[in-house]
Amino acid sequence: MGAFLAKRLAQAVVVAFGALTLVFLIVRVVPGDPAKLIVGPDASAEQLESVRADFGLDDPLWRQYVDHLAGIVRGDLGDSWRLGGSALSNTLDRFPATLSLSLAALVLTVAVGIPLGMLCARRPGKLLDLVVSTGSLAGQAIPSFWLGIVLILIFARRLDWLPATVDGSPAAVLLPAVTLSLPFIGWLARLVRSSALEEGGKDYARTARAKGVGEGTIQYVHVGRNIAIPVVTVLGLLMGNFIANAVIIEVVFSWPGIGSLMVDAITNRDYAVVEAAILTITLSYIVLNLLVDVVYFVIDPRLTPEDA
Amino acid sequence: MSSTTAAAPAPAVDTPGTGKSPGDAARRVPVRVWIGAGVLALFVLAALVGPLLHPYDPVATDLPNRLLSPGERTDGGDIAWLGTDQMGRDLLANLLAGARISLLVAAATILVGGAVGLVVGLVSGYFGGWPDTIASRIGDIQLAFPSILLAILLAGVLGPSVTNIVITLAITRWVIFARVARASAMATRKLGFVDSARVLGAGHVRIMVRHVLPSLWQPLLVAATVQVGLVMVAEASLSFLGLGVPVDTSSWGATVSVGRDYLGSAWWISTMPAAALALVVTAVGVIGDGFRDASDPRSQI
Repeated sequence: MGAFLAKRLAQAVVVAFGALTLVFLIVRVVPGDPAKLIVGPDASAEQLESVRADFGLDDPLWRQYVDHLAGIVRGDLGDSWRLGGSALSNTLDRFPATLSLSLAALVLTVAVGIPLGMLCARRPGKLLDLVVSTGSLAGQAIPSFWLGIVLILIFARRLDWLPATVDGSPAAVLLPAVTLSLPFIGWLARLVRSSALEEGGKDYARTARAKGVGEGTIQYVHVGRNIAIPVVTVLGLLMGNFIANAVIIEVVFSWPGIGSLMVDAITNRDYAVVEAAILTITLSYIVLNLLVDVVYFVIDPRLTPEDA
Repeated sequence: MSSTTAAAPAPAVDTPGTGKSPGDAARRVPVRVWIGAGVLALFVLAALVGPLLHPYDPVATDLPNRLLSPGERTDGGDIAWLGTDQMGRDLLANLLAGARISLLVAAATILVGGAVGLVVGLVSGYFGGWPDTIASRIGDIQLAFPSILLAILLAGVLGPSVTNIVITLAITRWVIFARVARASAMATRKLGFVDSARVLGAGHVRIMVRHVLPSLWQPLLVAATVQVGLVMVAEASLSFLGLGVPVDTSSWGATVSVGRDYLGSAWWISTMPAAALALVVTAVGVIGDGFRDASDPRSQI
């Protein structure tokens, strides 16, 4: 277990390092003068000069890279020219909002998706099953940004039941969380359904049936425990997806999270903040993947570290 | 097989396929796949010839006729079938022009990303060893990135243009194709006929192109149909954020974004392009499912 964890941790570090490098390269090597990007097209020569000096843009690329890495180790990603103050602290201030939105979406997805999938598995091919499988396809095809707009129109403008954006009340998270989770509810239900059907046909389920255990007990106790393995794995990945997909939803709902901060920063060429935001999201993505690997081993005693 | 494909030019509403059509069961194409193909064909056709049949400039402003609802007549007497937007631009024309961009970007992205992925996957799967290790690690790193973040970053840095969108999306997609191609190439290179070709003295390039490559097309095609829908949504999302196509180009995502401000008074501005996008993506998804089922006999249960 220890060796396995260490191996996974090392992999995660390598991947995080690679991601850092990728962002560095994209921001710096892409055609165009980074100084001009920072101060804008109609900057004077002196302004450009001072920006180049501030950001170390006259140094050779490897030198900038080393400085950049050293900065990251110190937790210093540079300052935001637009918001003032450190880019990283600006980003981390916004992180709780993104996290709470993603968590709410995850709770919704689990609370609706798992029971729905179980119900579909009870009667495969029947009405509910067909509705869910068609709905999940449509749910993934509808662009999420438009779904958000429609929900605002119906529930905030017309019916005035829920706030369209942050107003201090906890209900504000509902609309964006529904928007974020809707495409994945059907998807999770389908996953639960197919695993339940697969497990339900296995020998242990047949044995349970043969000794007279009720169908409900078989589904939720015997089969449920075995479905937990793929489902828990997927939950971690879902959470990572939610954090990433929240970028667009946050813009639609003016949600004060990392995503809206990042899109603002991109359009304003505030690259220190962009890097900090991407770094934060990517790191949480990697950490979640790592967590999934660990949980996987904890909940499935059949697996040994050699399976890794 | 050829007889069934030839006899299905207008698949929209016929119900055979489930009945007594010839051919074995595994090869039969389900009705919904035909419907999906029909919808997609309609959009491709609309994108190709639509702007000729409906000759309104999608970006010309016409303020007296602003915010007409679908079906209303303009003061020139023409019917605005899908209504007009806040600048009096005809939404149908806008939609058709947007279809061009959406389908063009999707096709170009799949071609570019697919070609890069194919070459990388073929080489790394066939040779293994350090080229494989390098390519796979790069792929791992890229997949550790949520693809939407990478797309936003690239699109933001490159600036808005159709070419840049294709470059951006192709960069976020090549890994998928590379993985698919690599897995098939690895499986194929161990087969007997590859060894035979080598014994006969064929060089690496010849073996890769003549013997390994043919087995990659099918999995790549399946991957491509899945990716088309994702790419179209990604393009629309970027354009929605203002990071996609330039402002003077019609794009479904950009139109949805514009319509946000008029939701209360003119719901159709945002809804029409979003519905079009959802329809095409669903159609592509259904076709993709069909392809996958056809290529994987085990999923027929």
